[in-house]
Amino acid sequence: MTARVIKHRDSALWIAAMVHRLSGLGLAIFLPLHFLALGLAIEGEAKLESFLRWSEQPLVKIAEGGLVFLLTVHLLGGLRILVIENFPWSSGQKQIATLAAVVSAIVAFVFLSRVF
Amino acid sequence: MSETLSELSVSLWRGARQGHYENYTVPQRESQTVLDVVTFVQRHIDPTLSYRFACRVGVCGSCAMTVNGKPRWTCRTHVAKVAYGGHLEIGPLANLTVIKDLATDMQPFFEKWQQAKGAFEPSKTRQDAIAQIRPDSPARMAADAAIECINCGVCYAACDTVRWNAKYLGPAALTRAWTLLNDERDAGNTARLQAVAADGGCHACHSHQSCQELCPQALNPTASIAGLKRRTAAAYLKGEIEG
Amino acid sequence: MRLYIWQRATAALLLPLILVHLAVIFYATRHGMTAADILSRTRGSIAWASYYGLFVAIVSIHASIGVRNILIEWSPVTERRAGRCAIGFGLLLFVLGVRAVAAVVLS
Repeated sequence: MTARVIKHRDSALWIAAMVHRLSGLGLAIFLPLHFLALGLAIEGEAKLESFLRWSEQPLVKIAEGGLVFLLTVHLLGGLRILVIENFPWSSGQKQIATLAAVVSAIVAFVFLSRVF
Repeated sequence: MSETLSELSVSLWRGARQGHYENYTVPQRESQTVLDVVTFVQRHIDPTLSYRFACRVGVCGSCAMTVNGKPRWTCRTHVAKVAYGGHLEIGPLANLTVIKDLATDMQPFFEKWQQAKGAFEPSKTRQDAIAQIRPDSPARMAADAAIECINCGVCYAACDTVRWNAKYLGPAALTRAWTLLNDERDAGNTARLQAVAADGGCHACHSHQSCQELCPQALNPTASIAGLKRRTAAAYLKGEIEG
Repeated sequence: MRLYIWQRATAALLLPLILVHLAVIFYATRHGMTAADILSRTRGSIAWASYYGLFVAIVSIHASIGVRNILIEWSPVTERRAGRCAIGFGLLLFVLGVRAVAAVVLS
């Protein structure tokens, strides 16, 4: 029909729900790779060490920062759902959702500042 | 007579599932509503336009349409508030089959209402004494907060889970089930809990909250559905319903 | 119903588990750990094995149910096939995860 069908999806809470889903998907794709990397230790310490050295590259570190963001934002988004479903309704959810995104960005930024 | 301020260009959906947006120019008037605009087109420009309305004053829920991308009551939407750059795009409600132009088939919406057991089940006969319900009891207050639904379909049209999950009963049907769950007089709550705990029931809701944002009656289906989630989980863990 | 409860229960359990995991990540980055540093801490540790073994099991359940929802809503596969894909994915995560835990804990 029309591209304008996305108009009402501009609410902070709808965006929060989409970020939650997409971050979960991102993490689900990442996890097997994470497990495979750790599994390198089976072949000996040297194998794991060379992987860790490879991951020192700036681009990899930035990707890791992105992953920390995904993890934090997915956790906070999930917390939002658990609160909606198990506690009395609270207003001000839009502000809290925005705050959650900001906190996740800060956590990712702190991570990046420690690895660079 | 209200004075004509200027002109408004509107695009109206013509056709059914296949169709197109047709452009019309209508005079813009003070305090004009979107329903006024649609009515003007049908009466003065193109009598073949099909649309629904009844009360024109925001109590019946018949005139809901998609206005510039959002589902709204057209009789209570002022043109001045939504016409960006003097333009309006009006289409039928989403998530429903289009019958013609701006009128949709509401049948699935009402069928899901029944599926969610959205009908009162009496527990007494006329021979019994009238039930004494305290209006300030927590259950009655919960029911009253969600009872004013007039089945306009705005929440159903706004909901992405309805769009993505054909089985999902939708915010209106589930909200009505919630009000009945909180009705002391109702005798059908075990079956109702089972119905809303089924596939496509309350657990399919992801709390996007489009329903709550757009409900013209200021109802909160997200909160009602959260209540259903709690009640069904408790019933399931106690063995009262099956999962 | 069952999947909903498992999803919410694993989510609640993951809250503290992830926070600890984030702390571990931040500790490791602060100290610029090499493979030797890491493995010297994890090798032969019952604590690591139990903690991360549990973590892997819970994450496998949680992620697979989430993936099932996405498949049902965003892809054309049937519910039944989505369920099977999800179980497969969950098993994959569990197997790879246990292997990873064993890799760093066993010598």
